[in-house]
Amino acid sequence: MTHSEERVQTTYLTGFALAVVLTAIPFVLVWTGWLTGPAVYVVIAAAAVIQVLVHLVFFLHINLKSTPGENLFFLCFAAVLLFIMVGGSLWIMFDLHHRMM
Amino acid sequence: MADTISILEEEEKKSLESREFGFWVYLMSDAVIFALLFATYVVLSNNSAAGPTAAQLFDLRHTAGETALLLISSLTFGYATISMSQGHSGRTVQWLLVTLVLGLGFLVMEMMEFRGMIEKGAGPETSGFLSAFFTLIGTHGLHVTMGAVGICVMIGQVLTKGLTLPVRSRLMRLGLFWHFLDIVWIGIFSVVYLPGVM
Repeated sequence: MTHSEERVQTTYLTGFALAVVLTAIPFVLVWTGWLTGPAVYVVIAAAAVIQVLVHLVFFLHINLKSTPGENLFFLCFAAVLLFIMVGGSLWIMFDLHHRMM
Repeated sequence: MADTISILEEEEKKSLESREFGFWVYLMSDAVIFALLFATYVVLSNNSAAGPTAAQLFDLRHTAGETALLLISSLTFGYATISMSQGHSGRTVQWLLVTLVLGLGFLVMEMMEFRGMIEKGAGPETSGFLSAFFTLIGTHGLHVTMGAVGICVMIGQVLTKGLTLPVRSRLMRLGLFWHFLDIVWIGIFSVVYLPGVM
């Protein structure tokens, strides 16, 4: 096995270990009920966002050097679209829900 | 003559690169579909219409098992990719088979969960919450099924054609798809299951 292939293998294993930890944290918190209230949602959301980034970097090998610029552009474009559509939908629907009460 | 071959190889590489970009665009548009299903689920998740609620239906141990299967299958697909870059077609097929088994295990667990819920009278027609739940999880399950079909096809291609340039490119795109499904699953357990049992 050459040097770069060993490095690729380490990349996958590092990503896997990080993903396991980032999955275990929210599961254990919810399971044991250590935290309650909005703090749990903050931890779940933070762990999820970090784990998505871990998957993108370690499994999909996204980086600023070797990934083609168009792919990065589309990734950012999709992220903006998701933010507008999901954020906008939730904002409108919960506001409506609030007004109907 | 040597020039012609190198030009042809160059052209093939270019066309495969543009396919990889096209596949990436597809994945991003798929992400938009999932995001909208997530938004629909969040809006409807409290509308259980006097039927069973999320806390009564979800079993966190079951979800943890599904999560483990999918995450390990992502790692084994990574090993298939490494074997491919080393040029070991036999080992690539072995890792693909392991990934396939893990993926099928995930699908079996999901089917068991769906069946259990429908038997309890919590089918998709019961409430807005369950309609949104079955649509979101079902769409993901359908993607995993297509991924499993893709793995079968690629096992066949590696065995019959060997690790040629187009086969490598297809296997790489299938890998992107498989890792992408794992990313969607992170969203599913964070948005659907964990808040559901709290």
